[in-house]
Amino acid sequence: MNSRRRTMLVAGAAGIALAGLPLRVLAQAAAPAAQPEMTADQWVAEFAGGAEVTDGDGVTLTAPEIAENGNTVPISVDAPGATEILLVASGNPVPGVAKFTFGPLAGNQAVSTRVRLAKTQDVMAIAKFTDGKVVRAKSNVKVTIGGCGG
Amino acid sequence: MTTRRDFLQTGLAASAVLAGLGFGNVTRALAQQALTQDQLLQFDGFGNLTLIHITDCHAHLKPVWFREPDTNIGVGEAAGRVPHVVGEAFQKLFGIAPRSPEAYALTYPDFVDLAKTYGRMGGFDRVATVVKAIRAARPDSILLDGGDTWHGSYTSLETRGEDMVRVFKALGSEAMTAHWEFTFGTERVKELVEMMDQPLLGANIFDAEWDEPAFEPYKIFEKGGLRVAVIGQAFPYLPIANPKWMFPEYSFGIREERMQAVVDEVRADGVDLVVMLSHNGFDVDHKMAGRVKGIDVILSGHTHDAVPEPVLVGKTIIIASGSHGKFVSRVDLDVQGGKMAGFRHKLIQIFSDVIAPDADMTALIDEIRAPYADKLSEVVGETEGLLYRRGNFNGTWDDLICDAIMAERDAEIALSPGVRWGASLIPGPITREDIHSVTSITYGQVYRNEMSGETLKTVMEDVADNIFNADPYYQQGGDMVRVGGLGYTIDPNAEMGNRISGMTLLRDNSPIDPARNYVVAGWASVNEGTEGPQIWDVVESHIRKLGKIPALGETSPITVKQ
Repeated sequence: MNSRRRTMLVAGAAGIALAGLPLRVLAQAAAPAAQPEMTADQWVAEFAGGAEVTDGDGVTLTAPEIAENGNTVPISVDAPGATEILLVASGNPVPGVAKFTFGPLAGNQAVSTRVRLAKTQDVMAIAKFTDGKVVRAKSNVKVTIGGCGG
Repeated sequence: MTTRRDFLQTGLAASAVLAGLGFGNVTRALAQQALTQDQLLQFDGFGNLTLIHITDCHAHLKPVWFREPDTNIGVGEAAGRVPHVVGEAFQKLFGIAPRSPEAYALTYPDFVDLAKTYGRMGGFDRVATVVKAIRAARPDSILLDGGDTWHGSYTSLETRGEDMVRVFKALGSEAMTAHWEFTFGTERVKELVEMMDQPLLGANIFDAEWDEPAFEPYKIFEKGGLRVAVIGQAFPYLPIANPKWMFPEYSFGIREERMQAVVDEVRADGVDLVVMLSHNGFDVDHKMAGRVKGIDVILSGHTHDAVPEPVLVGKTIIIASGSHGKFVSRVDLDVQGGKMAGFRHKLIQIFSDVIAPDADMTALIDEIRAPYADKLSEVVGETEGLLYRRGNFNGTWDDLICDAIMAERDAEIALSPGVRWGASLIPGPITREDIHSVTSITYGQVYRNEMSGETLKTVMEDVADNIFNADPYYQQGGDMVRVGGLGYTIDPNAEMGNRISGMTLLRDNSPIDPARNYVVAGWASVNEGTEGPQIWDVVESHIRKLGKIPALGETSPITVKQ
């Protein structure tokens, strides 16, 4: 059920069909199992490829402030003009979540997906643009055990 | 320019005047203080549209005593700001004389004494009188219900919310939003929505599977040649603060960008006024008012704050109308050329001995209660002290409930939810209805299990962060989880994970050992399949055994660092 829902959502967002290869696969392919996982910063640095990463306009990350279910947190990113978007969950055992690549005919550069979050953490979306700029948006998502609001 | 004092006076004058001068039971003190010529003169209507706001009544159809909080700590930018001002400081801020009717209605000092003088507040037959009078004076008015209406009493639980739907239909409510309503479950919500003459609005209620809007976001009213958009905002954290298994179809959240999109949509449609009927809680509304552009009026609910004057954020006014039927807000607006040109506001205080009951509504409420009359009125014990809940930490009602849980379930530690609903009781008899006022819930099973000291600390830290996170968007409203058998120190301004210290098992005064397991009992678990007796039965059994509940001491095992 979950995987089907995820597929439908991803397919529903423009341009996604072109990409959406989970980075975990890439990470495992790139690094031997004995190596420690790359940190969130390392994921970002590798993606930026030496370019300066700025926080600012151009990337809109939409995430809930508090996750209703940490196992499936809806995240969307809108980055008009981007060629690639990297999604990073900084507090997950494997911070790299997904990399999305937009082809030249993509109608817009926006993605929606659902992510499993291990704990309260910053989720980051980093977008690469044709002019070489790399821009980051960050949002803190709280994963809570629930309470008793009244 | 209207002064702060004027707001209060007009509020009070309104309540008295609207009563149709029916002073049957009015105390001498109240009559003398409330009714002066000056106050009556403050009653003139204003502008060309009136909003009437009722919120968070928690199904309290009959008048109640309700003590406002003695502790309401604001963090971050909200520190020291309304509504995080209580007691004498509140009285000073708004120019309220100690021991006056306003002091009794809005603050906690001398509560028992003043309760005996001024009597109970609220009651929907009195509310009906007020609403009818406002409508008679102001045909171009909209009555709006901020939610937490269907839940919170013996009769609402027995009728599964239908009693409140009938009462609000009779009142002529024109739109509502929701929170505890959803704890009756998706199917029941749908049934009750079908019975209503009004929509349940929620721009932030989405289908959980498809992440698409699931309820009507807004309704446009045409009144006196004006087009008024009322946008609903349900409680954002329903699936976290309440059992999401009861309404798995829905997702909520603050969804600020969605609210902006809906505001932009109705603005583009050329409405004259944009009202947000909100169950966000005051601090969330305050932040949202500063970030979402184009809202004229926020009718704020959830955190139960009774604020006697509008709070202005940019060009948006926030109106907070209290809880438990104690207050009705009347907001007169002058709307010209698609803009709010001015406003005048009255937080009308429903003194039940001053305002004459509306006969039709009295008859309806009597009919609703008749099948349960004997059960409701049965006296199960007596309290020698004041029982109340509202406040950031344990109230005396919570202490009694936790004592009952520990005694009846043989537990070392009791946990009780930090909800803000539940009326107060002054010394005297305790009826079954009184117990339900502070316990009525669709998931009242009292669980009993073992919890490690480490888990207990995690729970306490988690709840504390839901209340004291410096960013309102991460707050869930409500208060700190109530505890029995456990002492602790809390620093509300510390970071997540560092607020709670000095946890002590009161039974033997030993520090809580992270590695040891403790027998913990509590109620209102959000987990499906929780087993145990219902909380109201546990509390009733305990009170019956004690007979008379002695006044609880002033010392608390909870220390707050400020």
